[in-house]
Amino acid sequence: MTNDTIIRVRGLTRVYEMGSETVHALRGVDLDIGRNEYVAIMGPSGSGKSTMMNLIGCLDTPTAGEYWLNGTEVSRMTDDALADVRNREIGFVFQTFNLLPRASALHNVELPLIYAGLKTADRRTRAEAALRRVGLAERMHHKPNELSGGQRQRVAIARALVNDPSILLADEPTGNLDSVTSEEIMAVFAELHGQGQTVVMVTHEPDIAEHAGRVVTLRDGLIHSDTLQEAA
Amino acid sequence: MSFGDAIRIALGVVWSQKMKSIFSAVGVFVGVTFLIAVVSIIEGMNHYMTDKFAGALLGVNTFQLSRRPNFQVGNVSDSTWHAWARRPRITYDDARAVVSGIHVPIMWAWESQTSSDIQYRGKTAARVRVLGVTDQYFALKGWNFAMGRPFTAQENETGQPVVVMGYDLAQKIFGKQDPINRTIQIRGLPYRIIGVIESQGNIFGMSLDNFVAAPALSPVKRFVNRPHVLDALLVKGTSITDMQAAMDQAEAVMRTRRHLRPTQADNFTLETASGVLDFWSKINQILIIALPGLVSISLVVGGIVIMNIMLMAVAERTREIGIRKALGARRRDILRQFLVESATLATVGASLGVGTGLGVAWIVTSTTFLPARVAPWSIVVGVVLGAGVGITAGLYPASRASRLDPIAAMRHE
Repeated sequence: MTNDTIIRVRGLTRVYEMGSETVHALRGVDLDIGRNEYVAIMGPSGSGKSTMMNLIGCLDTPTAGEYWLNGTEVSRMTDDALADVRNREIGFVFQTFNLLPRASALHNVELPLIYAGLKTADRRTRAEAALRRVGLAERMHHKPNELSGGQRQRVAIARALVNDPSILLADEPTGNLDSVTSEEIMAVFAELHGQGQTVVMVTHEPDIAEHAGRVVTLRDGLIHSDTLQEAA
Repeated sequence: MSFGDAIRIALGVVWSQKMKSIFSAVGVFVGVTFLIAVVSIIEGMNHYMTDKFAGALLGVNTFQLSRRPNFQVGNVSDSTWHAWARRPRITYDDARAVVSGIHVPIMWAWESQTSSDIQYRGKTAARVRVLGVTDQYFALKGWNFAMGRPFTAQENETGQPVVVMGYDLAQKIFGKQDPINRTIQIRGLPYRIIGVIESQGNIFGMSLDNFVAAPALSPVKRFVNRPHVLDALLVKGTSITDMQAAMDQAEAVMRTRRHLRPTQADNFTLETASGVLDFWSKINQILIIALPGLVSISLVVGGIVIMNIMLMAVAERTREIGIRKALGARRRDILRQFLVESATLATVGASLGVGTGLGVAWIVTSTTFLPARVAPWSIVVGVVLGAGVGITAGLYPASRASRLDPIAAMRHE
């Protein structure tokens, strides 16, 4: 494993027990993602891409297999240790934005820093910088319901970036946005990728996946294809 | 997440849902209000009873010899009452014999009293306490003179129509005029005022200054008591031991005079201030035992309310919890957030309770004769109890919140 491998996955397996039924969501996936790659994970529903996203995002632990994130094995960690990893290494961007409705944009962006244990003044400075980076300097004190969908997703991106994570992990980031706004968000992703950010994006929309430099397609819990492409 | 952050978040939540917060903290609020108010009143009563009531009515190191108890503890049965009523009265001769039979240094005074109207130049003061007392009465009671002087032993022995009166009464009758050497009528008997006692305030709303005190052997003796009879002989020792010795000697003299056999009980009463205080301490004990019960009932109810509110809050904010966990909140961060929130809720309720309790105590003091006195410890206990209830009530909801799975929680609508 080189220093430039951020994600290294070997034989990743996830089995859910749904009552009497056993669902094999992932059946032993091997995958390496390097620093500053822009990867789209695709696949139809039921292909295991959500499970993949949860495992890569350290929200879940695999039934079997190994997952090395930035040189550390995270597949056997406790809940609290995983929380720390999520806090330091992963910036999430969700389809439904997942902002706290009662908190201002600024406070939403500060959240990861609170759990990182930063002092109030440092949090403020860094959260403001992150919001400026996504072009929301003017709307810091607005609450999510006072912002448009695109602006909300920008807040979410600022929140994902604020802790300088190893990977920006986006789950259907444009799923709730119109096509114009989607393009704007994709432009933000492209810009961040251009600045050296590793981006992993789960999507089922081919025209969104086109923006990535590499497309990994899952089918029935296994990698079906893994292709490099010219980023759009 | 630091503790300060947790409190800031909690206060934000409590503030953003003001009505809900108020209702959920109402149990704790009521409990603490009750605690503060009742403790203040008990404390005030305690202080009042020991410092004022007992002191004013009986005095320190003082006992009184009388036919039957003046201060009864609890209910008195009819038969006891009748037995008391059959007892011989205390006579002048009894009092003289007792005083000469006591061999420790004492002050002593006779006391008889009745209620009567008094007149001054057509003005009438109704229902004034008329005391027939001996010369040492004022010194024994520790009363200071605002004007004039007490009467002398000789003035008493010779039955001079001179009188000492209470401050309020003097004010009422004479206003700004100097009352000294003016003559008032007590049941038509002319009495010359020679002294006015400093104001002593009131006790349970009754003025202590509405009295006149005349020599026991002066003409008032005709109506303050039956002939040659007095209500009580007051004896004050220089110390508690002297008082005890004097009381024993007084008892011996009285038993001899009444020809009581050793098997017979006293047919007279010797009372001290501590006896009166026993009565109060009994009430006090009941209150002190009952209080924690009453307070804890409201606090338990308050705790259950808060627990339910917190469970609701956890359910409502499942998604928020999921988001926080996804962003790096550990179990203890979530646990702390909800514990601090419920503790904050309860503490806010308790603080309001302290404020209201103090208000109630103040209102009681200023509108009734009951003296309330705030005990600082009750404030500390109130707030600590409130916070404790909050933490206890928050434990279960908070631990549920902290164990939520972030994926499932974020999917929750």
